[in-house]
Amino acid sequence: MTQFTFVDILTNLLWASRWTLLLSLAAFAGGGLLALGLLFAAIGRARWPGRLVRLYVEIFQGTPLLMQLFLAFFGLGLLGIDVSPWLAACAALILWSAAFLVEIWRGCVMAIGRGQWEASAALGMGYAAQMRHVVLPQALRLAVPPTVGFSVQVVKGTALTSIIGFLELTKAGTVLSNASFQPFTVFGLVALIYFALCFPLSVGARRLERKLNVAH
Amino acid sequence: MTYSFDFGWLASYWPVFAAGVAMTLQLIFIGGLLGIALGIACAWARSLGPRWLGTPVAVYVELIRNTPFLIQLFFIFFGLPALGLRLGEVQAATLAMVINLGAYAAEIIRAGIEATPKGQFEAGASLAMSRIQTFRHVVLVPALERIWPALASQVVIVMLGSAVVSQIAVEDLTFAANFAQSRSFRAFEAYAVSTVIYLGLAIALRAALMRLGGLIFPAPETAR
Repeated sequence: MTQFTFVDILTNLLWASRWTLLLSLAAFAGGGLLALGLLFAAIGRARWPGRLVRLYVEIFQGTPLLMQLFLAFFGLGLLGIDVSPWLAACAALILWSAAFLVEIWRGCVMAIGRGQWEASAALGMGYAAQMRHVVLPQALRLAVPPTVGFSVQVVKGTALTSIIGFLELTKAGTVLSNASFQPFTVFGLVALIYFALCFPLSVGARRLERKLNVAH
Repeated sequence: MTYSFDFGWLASYWPVFAAGVAMTLQLIFIGGLLGIALGIACAWARSLGPRWLGTPVAVYVELIRNTPFLIQLFFIFFGLPALGLRLGEVQAATLAMVINLGAYAAEIIRAGIEATPKGQFEAGASLAMSRIQTFRHVVLVPALERIWPALASQVVIVMLGSAVVSQIAVEDLTFAANFAQSRSFRAFEAYAVSTVIYLGLAIALRAALMRLGGLIFPAPETAR
C-alpha cells in the first residue's frame, strides 16, 4: 500500500488547485460577459426586459448552486450534448455568477443620481451618450469593490463542482482523504489553500471600498 | 433525440421529499438561531470586547468567510474525529451551519453596532444604565433593526448552501432528490422538482424572517 507523506498530499492538492483557478476564471469571465448583456437589457428604456432579468436573478439567487449544477449536468445531456463535468460546471457557474453580478452592477447604475440624467439630457445628450459619458464611468468606479468581493464567492462556489465529478481542489481532497486516511490534514490543507486564494481578494475588495469612500 | 418529460412517477416519492423538506427546515431553524446568537457574541467581541478576544474572533471570521462551506463541513465531519470529536451527520451539519452563519452574521451585526452614534452610549450611561443594559437596549436592538434585511438574506443563503449536507448523508431535500433519481433514473425531473421546492422555501423563509423582524422591532412611536 502506498504511504502518503505530507509533501505528497500538499503537492497533489496544489496541482489540483489549478483547475479551481481555471474554473473560477472561466466562470467569472463568462458570468461577467453574460451579466453585461443582462445589465443593458435591465437598464434600458423598455420595461419587460428588466422584468425578465429580475425573474432570472430571483431564480438563480433563490435556488442552491448545487441544484443548478445537477440540472446543468443532467439537463444538457437531455439536449443530446455529451456533457463533461467541466462543461456542466462552467455552464452552471456562468449562469449563477451572472445573476449576482448583474444585480450588483444594476445597483451601481441606479446609484447615479437622477440629477445627472437630467443634467446630461439638458445638454442634449441621447441615451447612448448619457450612458457612455456620464452614467457608466461613474457606475464602473462604484462597481469595482463589490465585484472583486463577489469573486471570492465564485472561487468558493467552484468547490461544489466536485459533487458532479469535476476534479478540482475539493475533489482531490476527498480522493486523497480516502486514500491516505488523514482527513484532518487533508481537509485542513484544502481549507488553507482556499483561504490563500480568497483572502487576498477579500482584503483587496475592502481596501478598494475604503478608497472609494475616502474619495467621496 | 426524443425524451419525454414525466413527472407523474414523483407522486409516489412525496413522503421522501416531505421528510427532506422537514430536515432542511430543522437544520436552518436550529442553525439560524444558534448562528445568529454566535454572530451577536462575535460582533460584540470585535467591536466592544477586549482585544485578547477580538483578535481570535477576527481570525475565525476571516477563516470561515474565505473557505467553502463544503470544506468546513468535511473538516468537521471527517477531520475532527482525528481529534476525538466524533459527531453524527445531523450534528455535524448543524454545527457547520452554526459556525458558518456565525461568521457572516458577526460581520453584518458589527456593521450595525458600529453605526451606533457615540452620543447614544453616553445617553445610556447618563440614564444610569449598566454596561450590559446599555449594550442590550441602546446598542444591540437598534443595530439588529438596522441590519435585519441583510441578516435575513444571509440566513436564506445558508439555507440554500445547506443543500451540500447530503454529501455527508444527511437526509435533507437534496438527499430526497438524489434518492428519487437513483431509483427512477429520471434525474432531471427529480432535481427540477427539488429546485422549485428550494425556491419556494427561500421565498417563504425570507418573508417569514421579514415578518419576524416587524414583530421584534416595532416602529417606535417617537421616531418620526
